[in-house]
Amino acid sequence: MKIKLGSKKLAAFVFIAVLLALTLSGCGADNVLYVYNWGEYISDGSEGSLNVEKAFEEYYFELTGETLDVRYTTYPSNEDLYAKISGGGSEYDVIFPSDYMIERMISEGLLQKINLEAVCEKYGVECLYSYIDDNYKGLYYDPTDEYSVPYTYGRVGIIYNKEVVDEADIGGWDLMWNEKYAGKILQFNNSRDAFATALFKLGYSVNTTNEAEWREAHDLLLQQKSIIQGYVMDEVFNKMESGEAAIAPYYAGDYFIMRRANENLGFYYPENTNIFVDAMCIPKGSRNPEIAALFINFMLSEEIAIENAKYVFYASPNSLVYNNAEYREFMGEEAMEVLYPENFDFSGELAKNGFRNLDPETLALISSLWEDLKITGGIGTGVYVVGAVVILVIIAGITALTIRKKRRARYE
Amino acid sequence: MSGKRSFWQRAAAAPHMVWSVLFIIAPLIFVLYYSFTDSQGNFTLDNIKSIFNQKYVVIFVNSVTLAVIATLICLVIAYPLAYIFSRMRERWQKVAILLTILPLWMNFLITTYSWMTLLEDTGVINTILKKIGLNPIHMINTPGAVVVGMVFCFLPYMILPIYSVMAGLDVQLIEAAADLGCNSFKILTKVIMPMSVSGVVSGITMVFVPSISTFFISQKLGGGTFQLIGDTIEGYFTGTAINYNVGASLSLILMILILISMAIMNRYTDTEDTKGRPML
Repeated sequence: MKIKLGSKKLAAFVFIAVLLALTLSGCGADNVLYVYNWGEYISDGSEGSLNVEKAFEEYYFELTGETLDVRYTTYPSNEDLYAKISGGGSEYDVIFPSDYMIERMISEGLLQKINLEAVCEKYGVECLYSYIDDNYKGLYYDPTDEYSVPYTYGRVGIIYNKEVVDEADIGGWDLMWNEKYAGKILQFNNSRDAFATALFKLGYSVNTTNEAEWREAHDLLLQQKSIIQGYVMDEVFNKMESGEAAIAPYYAGDYFIMRRANENLGFYYPENTNIFVDAMCIPKGSRNPEIAALFINFMLSEEIAIENAKYVFYASPNSLVYNNAEYREFMGEEAMEVLYPENFDFSGELAKNGFRNLDPETLALISSLWEDLKITGGIGTGVYVVGAVVILVIIAGITALTIRKKRRARYE
Repeated sequence: MSGKRSFWQRAAAAPHMVWSVLFIIAPLIFVLYYSFTDSQGNFTLDNIKSIFNQKYVVIFVNSVTLAVIATLICLVIAYPLAYIFSRMRERWQKVAILLTILPLWMNFLITTYSWMTLLEDTGVINTILKKIGLNPIHMINTPGAVVVGMVFCFLPYMILPIYSVMAGLDVQLIEAAADLGCNSFKILTKVIMPMSVSGVVSGITMVFVPSISTFFISQKLGGGTFQLIGDTIEGYFTGTAINYNVGASLSLILMILILISMAIMNRYTDTEDTKGRPML
């Protein structure tokens, strides 16, 4: 009895201690900065890289003498980000939406202006915004550059395995429909990106509101379904690196990550292809917009921006990065050519081939066509037959049991 | 100690109550709310109506078919295993159960990813097949691969309840049946099986429910070439056209379907034994 009582007291004590620890742990630092970013999109200290979160905490402490806690979380898509921010209740300070999502968020009043210069003056640090290349300023989604600071940009291309794919077949989107490589082709498992490949092949705009064009794209995807290995997102890395698949559309930066594991991979841009910019923004609900702006300026500084660009492998609009000799050497000539093409009309391409916000009716149409695509062909009649037999056996079993039980009940 | 609950006892139960309300009851209310409202928050039945079209029927049939097959395979594997475990020496029983639980220590996302590398055309299994001179088999991105993933992930949930019922089974009953002239087949069908029904029922519940609602396994091992109900619901919450209302309605219908099938199961397997009542 005595022992029992003791253990109960101990349990209660532990319980309270845990509760206290949980409530108090949030009060450790003077300030908290909530950063909300794509997965794998910042140098995080893994594999000997620099930990940008920690670096900023130290930088902030040296600058102000106050401690800062950077809380870093990630999201998988612009739509997820939008759902979080528009739902309210969240208090993120820095987010990284893409072009069309920035346009939508500005139009819905979800972002606040970034006073980079005023903040830099207040903290007495150099404002680095001028190092952003002019090509990436004044883009359609934020013509006055008041709401966003570009972080990375890139285009979708086709990654192929040189051992499997003939040089003669490469060139356009047609490669993804080439029956010669049936069972070796991957497609995006995301309706907008998958439809974009078909729309580009057809020569339509990826932002068309014409239902007939979307249906045509659906038919093309359906035709492709029989020769496709699967619809994938992140699994593309594994499948291309191991040689399981030979053709896949993906982002240029990711190609170079895959090629480190598989030397036989090649890459090209089809003539028209999807293009994006991801930029740093401060949402309306931010409690520390000044620290957020300081963080954005910190992300532009040479050392940090290069560390991030090396980690993420996407192109950086920051001239401190792409003019840096050590960075250029690290990336190699091919990567520099692919990621930073010369004489490229970025703003024009973005306006022409970048995703735009679509009206709810068109989005509903896309999602419905996407479901149709997935359902057609089904899981094969064989599986249905097996399933039907199983269900019949179960029903027969249950009936037999009930009959027997009734019979037994009659005897009793 | 008996009678009234002390303050500490109440305090110890409080987190569980808070947890249940916050993470079980509140989400259910949200599901109900979203199912019967439109994007403006007005009452509507359109979401529910929109589900009764051919497209979703196909998706539901696909999900039910795969889940039923996976559950049956689990049962066929787990039943003899559970019996063997329950007849082992106590020390070995512990080892066997530990080995059963072991895969659950690993996150099942990782398990699924491992199955991906095992089943691929250039994966471990096919490489071995090629090495020993057999024809490789195409396994990944087929419904079969999804069933394998489900069986592997959820098998322990079938073994454990059946084992716990069988371990509590009185050996004297089997001896008595043998004394009265039952052969081993009769012992199995007349004594062991009827007495283990409750374990089987909880096992079926615990495998069928996660199987029918899974989306991760079907996406990774099915290659996204067909759609199950879990994928569809996920798409409505995170996809291009986010629509919480239709997504919630689909979840609601799924829950109702599961509840109905469980009710039927429990009704027909209402046996006289009291040991190990079925879950749910």
